[in-house]
Amino acid sequence: MSEGMISRVATRRILEERDDVVTICLPLFLAGGQEERDFAKENPCITVDGCSKMCALKGVKMYGKVQPKSSIVISEIIQKDKHLKPKSKSKIESEDEKLVHETMRIIKKQIEKVKEREE
Amino acid sequence: MPEKKKNKCIIIPCSGIGKALGTITRRATYIVTDELLPNKTDSICLPLLTIKDKDTVRKIKKNPCITVDGCVAQCAKKNVEHHHGKLKGEIRILDVMKENRKLKPGTVLDIGPDGEKLARKAAEKIFKIVGDKS
Repeated sequence: MSEGMISRVATRRILEERDDVVTICLPLFLAGGQEERDFAKENPCITVDGCSKMCALKGVKMYGKVQPKSSIVISEIIQKDKHLKPKSKSKIESEDEKLVHETMRIIKKQIEKVKEREE
Repeated sequence: MPEKKKNKCIIIPCSGIGKALGTITRRATYIVTDELLPNKTDSICLPLLTIKDKDTVRKIKKNPCITVDGCVAQCAKKNVEHHHGKLKGEIRILDVMKENRKLKPGTVLDIGPDGEKLARKAAEKIFKIVGDKS
């Protein structure tokens, strides 16, 4: 799904901008060991899902046994802000940049909120 | 007499976000499913399997699967095995890199021309497995 590409790129760009965030490959919850499963328990999580199936949110609940601190869904951002649906599943086109930036803005806002609450 | 409809081969990339090799698994998969063999192959989102989505689990049990993994954790293969999917083949991008040592992929967000070449090499391997299973 092309929305998955937006979640991936926005998350990765945030990761490269800041040193106070980390990420995990979602399938590692099942493929990895207890250490990976405890990741969500030990770190406040913000999930970034592409579609309404919300695999990241469900994965954190299922394996981490915790509720994420915040949940972001790209398809909801598209609907709410009337963005064009991205076309490509494997690359970001120039017309997708606005959506990527908006997603990054929302993620950053949620990071700050979570940090405030944790302090 | 109508020809019996064959099950599509499901290509499952790990789509890892930590390394460029994860992006290469995605690219290799889309080269096969969108360009080379659109009528014989399909893909699924690996996270759907991780969260035990019923339709996705049914799909990997019914159709032959080829996993494409970027790192030694082999999340795609392990998720398919965990759900007793029909694993017919596996591609490890690390092996593709070993066979093409001169190709140096770029980053997670931009695999670069060498990353694209590695994805094409991996796609050729997937193509061959799908052909062998058809």
